[in-house]
Parts: sequence; structure tokens; C-alpha cells
Amino acid sequence: MKILVPVKRVIDYNVKVRVKADQSGVELANVKMAMNPFDEIAVEEAVRLKEAGKATEVVAISAGVAQCQETLRTAMAIGADRGILVESDADLQPLAVAKLLKAIVNKEQPQLVILGKQAIDDDSNQTGQMLAALLGWPQATFASKVELAGERVQVTREIDGGLETLSLPLPAVVTTDLRLNEPRYATLPNIMKAKKKPLDTVKPADLGVDVAPRLTTLKVVEPAARGAGVKVADVAQLIEKLKNEAKVI
Amino acid sequence: MPILVIAEHDNASLKAATLNTITAAARIGGDIDVLVAGAGCASVAETAAKLAGVAKVKVADAAAYADQSAENVAALLLDVIKAGGYSHVLAPATTFGKNILPRVAALLDVAQISEIVAIESADTFVRPIYAGNALATVKSSDAIKVITVRTTAFDAAAEGGSAAVESIAAGADLGQSKLVGRELTVSARPELGAAKIIVSGGRGLGSGDNYRAVLEPLADKLAAAMGASRAAVDAGFVPNDYQVGQTGKVVAPQLYIAVGISGAIQHLAGMKDSKVIVAINKDPEAPIFQVADYGLVADLFEAVPQLVSAL
Repeated sequence: MKILVPVKRVIDYNVKVRVKADQSGVELANVKMAMNPFDEIAVEEAVRLKEAGKATEVVAISAGVAQCQETLRTAMAIGADRGILVESDADLQPLAVAKLLKAIVNKEQPQLVILGKQAIDDDSNQTGQMLAALLGWPQATFASKVELAGERVQVTREIDGGLETLSLPLPAVVTTDLRLNEPRYATLPNIMKAKKKPLDTVKPADLGVDVAPRLTTLKVVEPAARGAGVKVADVAQLIEKLKNEAKVI
Repeated sequence: MPILVIAEHDNASLKAATLNTITAAARIGGDIDVLVAGAGCASVAETAAKLAGVAKVKVADAAAYADQSAENVAALLLDVIKAGGYSHVLAPATTFGKNILPRVAALLDVAQISEIVAIESADTFVRPIYAGNALATVKSSDAIKVITVRTTAFDAAAEGGSAAVESIAAGADLGQSKLVGRELTVSARPELGAAKIIVSGGRGLGSGDNYRAVLEPLADKLAAAMGASRAAVDAGFVPNDYQVGQTGKVVAPQLYIAVGISGAIQHLAGMKDSKVIVAINKDPEAPIFQVADYGLVADLFEAVPQLVSAL
């Protein structure tokens, strides 16, 4: 069984983002980039399924600028077998990415697509659900446990108020939540090996997909800063402030 | 320009997040219909019909919607949206809305605008990106705007309506995902999303036992909901549904008390719109103090019990 894992290149989660002075977006020049953490969890889960003998091949795919190759190499260092880059300098929004992924799925015929529930740059939380809709496949979002059994996959989902377990017929789309697994650190030998794994590049036009954006960003601003308050000396003063100044207790 | 709001419910009662979503719909302007898809959900429809600003409640009551699978509900929505000629479709940005609505948007071949916090006009919305470290104003060129709403950014709709309730035909059961079971946290405390006061704990508590021993008495005294940072969830102190932050719940209570939480940006993204923030942490350099209205630099194991006995 083949698993497809879409991965996104985003600003590293440790970097404090800065809004550009002209309000056109956030500063990306000379900023450390990395794989979206949720996608890293997706790669790890797919590789574990392969290591457990449940899957035969793990294919990583990324859509975006040429440097997304680095993100694909990271996925291959974790254990993906090969990579596909859909190269484009356009502003790729979730619907366009879902259409590109659908075209790749039609070619590759995976039984399972595992991807992050959201990317930490645009925080959209859409692509997996959109891909499932376009394919007419069932979906299980926000997964904290994934078990393959025959022709079905059982997924435990993190929902408001607790957990929900679904059983889906394959093929299916699963999106990952934080507690699904802890991704391994890629070892140096595996990083070296990843450099030799196959990486194909295609263009959106080759796939017949129109990636024109539907949303136009008019401006990006910093949120109003919350001013730091005061330090209180002790518990008594804290209670006094909450009762008489803030009047919240 | 009729607007469709998707009701979040458990077949017995309407979830509060729906009320905030109706207020967002009212800001856009236009007749507001509410769709209730469920099984044995008549009481939910009655509740929705009493909300101010609702023109009509459409109810699809069928076994296929009992568990509200994304596949069945999205297929129903596609039909309802096309038949109703809706210009906007809104759902709360909860795990319910986030699960279903992108599926609907893709079926309609339109973009989704996620987690809006403000409405500039009928096609222009403000939404947080980068864990709330930036706010983007986006304009949609699609004929139908599919939107999830950050509930803390809009007040709850009040009662005072008397909308008509209309039954609509159910679609086919696609029979794709099947519910195996749910394990819902049973708690006498208020829900995190709706609580006026939240007591939240982080890695500084050291263990799940400490989390409960130190924070529960405080939450009891204040009738507060209990939350946690991702660090506390990752360390296994509490279940994931306690998590406040970029990837957990976004809350904005009257009072947020952060205990032993350092204040990573991912956590601040989930609570910095709270009215009053209190931080108790022994590290005076902890970033949580930069957003706290009242900071107490102290050992939480001494300060919190003192606070409990003094309240």
C-alpha cells in the first residue's frame, strides 16, 4: 500500500514573524524555513506504518517554490522513499493545493493520504478536507491515533470536549494533530541517503490545474499590542487588584 | 443576500458557538437561515428559531446525520446552498466547523476564509495568521463566501426571535466514515470556550497529580474552567481538549489565570484576548509577564494555595 504525504515549507516555528513595513505580508527574506510541524508528524506516521509492514511506499509531495526541495529532502531523511515537487512561484492557496494534490493522487493511486491539520503560517486548516472532497474520499481530521486494518483505517480524532473514533474505508484522507506521534530526528546517514533518493519536479500546468488565487490579501498588520501590566508583591495585593481595580472576582 | 449558518449541536442542545456565528452573520447583513442537520434534533431547531435575527431554521432530520459525518453533512450542505441561493455560508471555527466547512467549500469550488475576527464588508474579512502574530485583511472574489468564525471575536446572539422551522429532505447516506465511539470529558465545570474565568496550568506544575492538587481547589473557588498549555498536554498532565493555544482552543474569558506557564507565542495566541490576565510564575523573565495585567513572581506551590485560602 502506498501512502502520499503532502508537506509544506513554512517559517520555522521558533522564528518570531515580522510584518513588512508596506503591510503586504510578513518578512520572508533571510528567515529560517522548515517543514510545517504537523506535516512532520504526518511523515513520521507514514514511515512508522511502512516500518510496521502496513505500507509499502511513502511518497512525499510539496507544492511551492524551488526551495521546497529542501523540505522534501527532510521528509526523505525521516524515511519517505521519494519526493514530488509541484514547482510554482504563485501564491498557492489551500483550494489550489488540494487540486494539485488531487492530480497527483490520480497518477500515484495511494490508498492513504496523511497530512498536517493546518500549516502554522496561514493557519487555514483546509487542505486535507478539500482534497477529500475533491476525491470523494472519506476524511478523518485531527488524528491522535491511526490504525490500519485490512481495507479500513480506524482513526481517533481530537475534538472539542474529548475524543472521537471513526472507521473509514480506504482510500481515505487523514490529517494529523499534535499528539499522534513525536517525529524522530533525522540522523546524518539518513540525511546523506535522502540526497540520493528520487525527486521529480512538475509544474501546475503539467497537471492541468488552474492555481489562480481566490482570495486577495489587502493588507497584513501587527495586532494591537497588549501592554504589560504590573507586578504585584504578593497574593494579598493580587486579590485586592482583582477585586477593586479589575473587578473580575 | 441570504446567509446560511450551520448549527453546531449534539442532537439535544444547540452549542453556544452557534450563537456567536449568528452575530457574525448579522454583521454581514442579509436574511439569516440556520441549518440543523442531525437525528432527533427537533429541540435544537426550536432553540435556534428563538434567536434574534434568524429568519428561518431548516432541519434535515435523518439517521444519516446522527453522527454528523463530514461526508454526509457536506453533501447535504451542497444541495441546501445551491437551492437556497446563499451568498455566505458560516460555521463556528470549532473542531465541528473546521472539519466540515472546507469540504463544502471545495465541493462549491470556492475558497474558505478561516477563523475571521472582523468583517470589513460583504466580501472582505480580517483573520489572524501566524498564530495571531499578524492580522490579514482578505477579499474574496468567489460568488459564495464560505467562512468559519472565531467565536471569541463576536458576541452571542440573544433570544427574542420566532423564526419558522422548515423540514427539508435528507440526502443519501454515503456510508463512508462510521462512528466507532466517543469519549467526551465529563465535567461539572464550565466549558473552556464559554467560561468567564479560566485557570490554566503549564509545565511548571511538574505532574498531572500536581496539576489537579494545586489548580482544582482554585477552579472550584472561582467556578472556573480549567485549561492548560501545550507543554502540560504534551507532558501528559491533562487531556488534549484542555489545550489553549494556536492549535488548541482560543479563549477570551473575563479572567485568565496562567499558573506555571512560560508563555510561548503559540499559547499566547490562544488567550491574549482575555480581558484580564494574571500570571503566576517563579521566573521573572517568563514571556507570559509581557501580556499579564497582574504578574506575581512566586513559587506557584506556595502562591496558589494562599490564593485559594484568601479568596
